[in-house]
Amino acid sequence: MRRSMLFLPGNTPNILINGAYLGADAVILDLEDAVSPDEKDAARILVRNAIRTLDFSRCEVIVRINSLDTDFWQADLDTIVPCRPHWIMLPKTARSEDVQRCDEYLTALEAKLGFAPLTVRLMPLIETALGVENAFAIATAAKRVGALFLGAEDLTADLQCKRTKASREIEYARGRMVVAARAAGVDVYDTPFTDVNDAEGMEADARCAKALGFTGKASISPRHVEIINRVFSPTLAEIDYAYEVLEAIAQGKAQGKGAVSLRGKMIDAPIVARARQTIAAAEALGLGKGEAK
Amino acid sequence: MTKVVSSLREAIERAGLKDGMTVSFHHHLRNGDYVLNMVMQEIADLGVGGLTVNASSLFDVHLPLLDHIQSGVVSTLQTDYMAAGLGRAISRGAMANPVQFRTHGGRPADMARGVTPVDVAFIAAPACDCMGNCSGKFGPSACGSLGYAMADARYAKHVVIITDHLVPYPLQGWSIPETEVDSVVTVDSIGDPKGIVSGTTRITRDPVGLVMASYAARVIEHSGLLKDGFSFQTGAGGASLAAASFLKDIMLRDKIRGSFGLGGITGYMVDMLRAGCFEKLMDVQCFDLQAVESLREDPRHQEISAMHYASPVTKSAVVDSLDVVILGATEVDTDFNVNVHTDSNGYIMGGSGGHSDTAAGAKLSMIIAPLFRARLPIVTDRVHCISTPGKDIDVLVTQAGIAVNPKNGELADRLRSAGLPIVDIRALKEKAEGLTGKPAHLPQGQRVVADVISRDGQLLDQIRSVER
Repeated sequence: MRRSMLFLPGNTPNILINGAYLGADAVILDLEDAVSPDEKDAARILVRNAIRTLDFSRCEVIVRINSLDTDFWQADLDTIVPCRPHWIMLPKTARSEDVQRCDEYLTALEAKLGFAPLTVRLMPLIETALGVENAFAIATAAKRVGALFLGAEDLTADLQCKRTKASREIEYARGRMVVAARAAGVDVYDTPFTDVNDAEGMEADARCAKALGFTGKASISPRHVEIINRVFSPTLAEIDYAYEVLEAIAQGKAQGKGAVSLRGKMIDAPIVARARQTIAAAEALGLGKGEAK
Repeated sequence: MTKVVSSLREAIERAGLKDGMTVSFHHHLRNGDYVLNMVMQEIADLGVGGLTVNASSLFDVHLPLLDHIQSGVVSTLQTDYMAAGLGRAISRGAMANPVQFRTHGGRPADMARGVTPVDVAFIAAPACDCMGNCSGKFGPSACGSLGYAMADARYAKHVVIITDHLVPYPLQGWSIPETEVDSVVTVDSIGDPKGIVSGTTRITRDPVGLVMASYAARVIEHSGLLKDGFSFQTGAGGASLAAASFLKDIMLRDKIRGSFGLGGITGYMVDMLRAGCFEKLMDVQCFDLQAVESLREDPRHQEISAMHYASPVTKSAVVDSLDVVILGATEVDTDFNVNVHTDSNGYIMGGSGGHSDTAAGAKLSMIIAPLFRARLPIVTDRVHCISTPGKDIDVLVTQAGIAVNPKNGELADRLRSAGLPIVDIRALKEKAEGLTGKPAHLPQGQRVVADVISRDGQLLDQIRSVER
């Protein structure tokens, strides 16, 4: 289960070396914004060696390459894809054509390397107004796309508005992203909360994202990872209720009842669907009934 | 009547100090201490030599000791801890006689047993009256507890109190009573407040430290020991404080009321007392201003002596009632032996302090250490120096997993059931060496520069010179 994605600068060995131990479900090894243009080659080699050498068995590896409007992205893929990262994150994705261009390059690389098709998945980072408007087209542009990721910092610059903690300015983008991703059947990740010292603000922001339907959230600080994991994990009460729903449905079916109620409320199809999602999430986290904390 | 003498020189002369005797000092003024250097310079000026200096700890503010060693004023050092500057010089062979390292419990025990008799104790006191009733809780150089000085006052043949804050007789709330004091000296200042206690101690912001602290708190949570009546000691390091902070959250969440917090006390332990996590604090040493203030103001915050804290020869000591202690390490070997005396290159940079006392006494002794520091793995085949034997260590917490001493299989099962990442200590070593490579064995010198004496008086290990 991927709830948290932690950004790690691709040019900082002592952070990369501990990246797998920081509790995130996925780490984003960053070759883009965290790395100045004159260090791109060194960071690319460092990230390649980190993936080859370090034990990332506890988390997924995502590599954020440089955007298609730079001279770096192909070299990034040539260097990184042979190490079989789980995901490539494509920044500044604005159109379906961007996805297709990257997908074609990845498909050719996989064939050249003898990898099965779609070994490396693609997570478009949507951080422009055009990208938000094209979110569904981006999510469905290639089978390789498995998730969308909203980047609010660049987006608000593009929107010509101020980025605030209240995040009113990205309400539309958040909603649009979730709807597009769910319509396409892919996961969707929320933008990082950038005040690393504000744990309460972080938690409120994560709860907002969860309430809107996001799968999880990215973080630029290891200190936010535990909060994100907690917010995006089912609670003990939610797990217990989900099991009660399925038991009530099973009992109703055995008794030949057409309609089943639990705690005075009718159980309809959406409630059953949510219960199944909760149990799936709990099982993915290794949490059984009555075991969550 | 008054015991106040006109000068430090007069006090030394009245004490009858002669060549070859032993003088003692405490370390409550830490790296702000003026007194040890002041006294040793006066002794040197008097022409006395061949002395043994028995100090509960030595900091780098005491580097002038090296001059007194070179000139023959000091021939032997006995201490529980030595900071890196002094330690480097000792490791390079600055002394002919090996330093004798003891523990905070072993030091008063050996005084009581007559193994290390003290002729003259020079006790810096932040507040004192004219008859020698003295305390660390008051005055411009307040340091809080005087726990380590109490053994010196009790067992030394002659006791000199040195103060910069003479108060009217009788001082209320004394730590050392006049019954044990021979003379009192006033000086302009006994120390630099900035070096005596830190303004605040802070939990780490280092993400790796926070991961380790979180694991440490969860180990305690699932150890079976965290219940009403729980007792706890932790250090003043950032990760140890973070572990205390996480533990506090767990205790408040689960409404667990512990009996006492022990040790060197920080503001975080004071916070835990005030939040209701503990009924009492037992304080042998204050680490920050909040702890000093709490000791002065809060009757639940109790000053204790080093004997009461950790001596193995008293009828009982608090460490024997301790549930959990969190400790540090510079190295841990695959037999769980811990080094806190030297760095990975063999240079002296610390000492046991209360490490092996609390490890021996506590039901659960936990080491927190990162998998590697700079380029060196922390887990090794054999530590440079055994400060605390592996038989007294239960758990090693690193960011890459938690190793449980095989002697404690039940604990390993408990922690594994709680979903904690339990690993073999050899796997941690291999994981670190997989990244750093296996460091070449550094050749050690022939000379023994320090003896490490266990809390029960046995020779535990020897530290050899560094001759590179």
